[in-house]
Amino acid sequence: MVENRPILSVVSHLVLILGVVIVALPIWITFVASTHDAVRMTQVPIPLLPGSHFVENFKETLFGTGLSSSAGAPVWRMLLNSMTMALMIAFGKISISLISAFAIVYFKFPFRMGFFWMIFITLMLPVEVRILPTFEVVANLGMLNSYWGLSIPLIASATATFMFRQVFLTIPDEMLESARIDGAGPMRFFWDILIPLSRTNIAALFVILFIYGWNQYLWPLLITTDSDMTTIVVSIKQMLEAAEQSPKWNIIMMTALLAMIPPVFVVVAMQRLFVQGLTETDK
Amino acid sequence: MATITLKDLVKAYGDTEVLHHVAADIQDGEFLVIVGPSGCGKSTLLRMIAGLETVTSGEVSIGDRMVNKLEPADRDIAMVFQNYALYPHMSVRENMAYGLKIRRIDKGEINRRVEEAADILELRPYLDRKPRQLSGGQRQRVAMGRAIVRDPKVFLFDEPLSNLDAKLRVQMRLEIRKLQQKLGVTSIYVTHDQVEAMTLGDRLMVLNGGYVEQIGTPIELYDRPATVFVAGFIGSPAMNLITIEARENQLELPNGVRLEGGSDLGKVTLGIRPEHLESDGTGLIRVTAQLFEQLGANTLLHGVLESTDCEIIVSLPGHVSAVAGTVMCFSVQAQNLHIFDFQTGKRIEA
Repeated sequence: MVENRPILSVVSHLVLILGVVIVALPIWITFVASTHDAVRMTQVPIPLLPGSHFVENFKETLFGTGLSSSAGAPVWRMLLNSMTMALMIAFGKISISLISAFAIVYFKFPFRMGFFWMIFITLMLPVEVRILPTFEVVANLGMLNSYWGLSIPLIASATATFMFRQVFLTIPDEMLESARIDGAGPMRFFWDILIPLSRTNIAALFVILFIYGWNQYLWPLLITTDSDMTTIVVSIKQMLEAAEQSPKWNIIMMTALLAMIPPVFVVVAMQRLFVQGLTETDK
Repeated sequence: MATITLKDLVKAYGDTEVLHHVAADIQDGEFLVIVGPSGCGKSTLLRMIAGLETVTSGEVSIGDRMVNKLEPADRDIAMVFQNYALYPHMSVRENMAYGLKIRRIDKGEINRRVEEAADILELRPYLDRKPRQLSGGQRQRVAMGRAIVRDPKVFLFDEPLSNLDAKLRVQMRLEIRKLQQKLGVTSIYVTHDQVEAMTLGDRLMVLNGGYVEQIGTPIELYDRPATVFVAGFIGSPAMNLITIEARENQLELPNGVRLEGGSDLGKVTLGIRPEHLESDGTGLIRVTAQLFEQLGANTLLHGVLESTDCEIIVSLPGHVSAVAGTVMCFSVQAQNLHIFDFQTGKRIEA
């Protein structure tokens, strides 16, 4: 809009600045806290300007083990755990949904719609609802305290299957017919045509699913008893509950800061594809 | 290069038969156009030949081989689709090469063929572009190029020009015809546009409601339509079709005027092409003018047969105009009268 109304610009800038402050202040405080020593963080008022202990805190957090009374794993290990889990969930969900959507859209087999609705109904059964039976199954399979146990129960996705189904339905039938005349078999069509055409949707979904996996709290808490397998999100909470100690805010905040980096990186890195997915209309 | 034989071809979806016992022989190198109104089954027929639809009964043969059960890829055909169906994520070169790549043809050979086709179609400057960076006509040519590089026995076209604007359509029509003559590949072309059909085809197959009405050269269809449907469908503006009484070797028009011709047939349909009505001042066919369409080279007169509500279109050479309501007289030569059975719609030879 091209308009020149000074008052309107001032007001809209104020609203925007207010929004930025509301979103950014907690992050700023997290950052500031991670740059002071433990003693400063217990004093009132809390500091609002960065201190000089950033490198020190960074080293202690990432490689040290003295986070709490329990002999916890170093934070780099937890970051690795979280990263592995989130990637396994994201890739697993995408591959399984792509293949099931492919089957549902392009193949005729008995009870096709039945299967589709069965997948769809699992939307009503998130982890929280089926947590006891799922735990039982995972425990019996001996997958407690393993990456498989962390990711496999979360790997099936009705939402992603449904989304890919919708994407495939928008691809004109002539594309398939043309590929058939060119001599492409079903898997060839899948790799050469469908996957490249859903590229932007895959990227968008990867962003969402990676963050979903990264933020998992309840499930990892339940099935990891070995501190070597703890994920970063769970560990932040555990640090707060360190028995008979005042929480080391500088270390906790540094951990929180580190926990934020991978999701931010994924969003920033995928943003280009994400936007392309929204603007590209040719199918 | 190959002949195509359709033998007693039937297509049914459940209990509904949409194509009824279609039979045709298409010669080697011939350009056959299948034409008909939408929903007449022409695309279905083409897709059965391509192998994209199953055959309910009957036989499709390409060359000497019965291909009913073969996959499209094994029939040695190439097809051009209405919306081109180019792969949007591949460059023009990759689009054209894809079918060859799947057939594991040597890379050098693929390049040679793609570039050869690109030269024929004047696509060389665009080889590395994506389809979305091309205009409609260029996309159309890429779709043709994809067919050419395969060097198939048969080209199949499914309304390839209907997404283009009128001017480009005329131009591409000529290009398709020239290309087909140059390559000499047997081709089947589906369209609903009778002008396109007339100009492109060596022969035309007119389909209506799943039945073949007539197969013949454009001029045969124009001069001697076998049924009322063909008479009304081929030619623009459409033939005037009037229900009349034929008795005592005379044709009685609805307003009582009698023309020489016909025999004792009773109720029949009389067809007269708008361009065969000649204005001579003394003719027996008197038309009350309602509207004149000035087309420049000729004028279309829309009117009704005097003292009836039977609509008549007359094509007059040059510029003509008159006040609405004027009565004009026309005559028509006996050999330009078409007579059809009122019940069956079949042509009755004089």
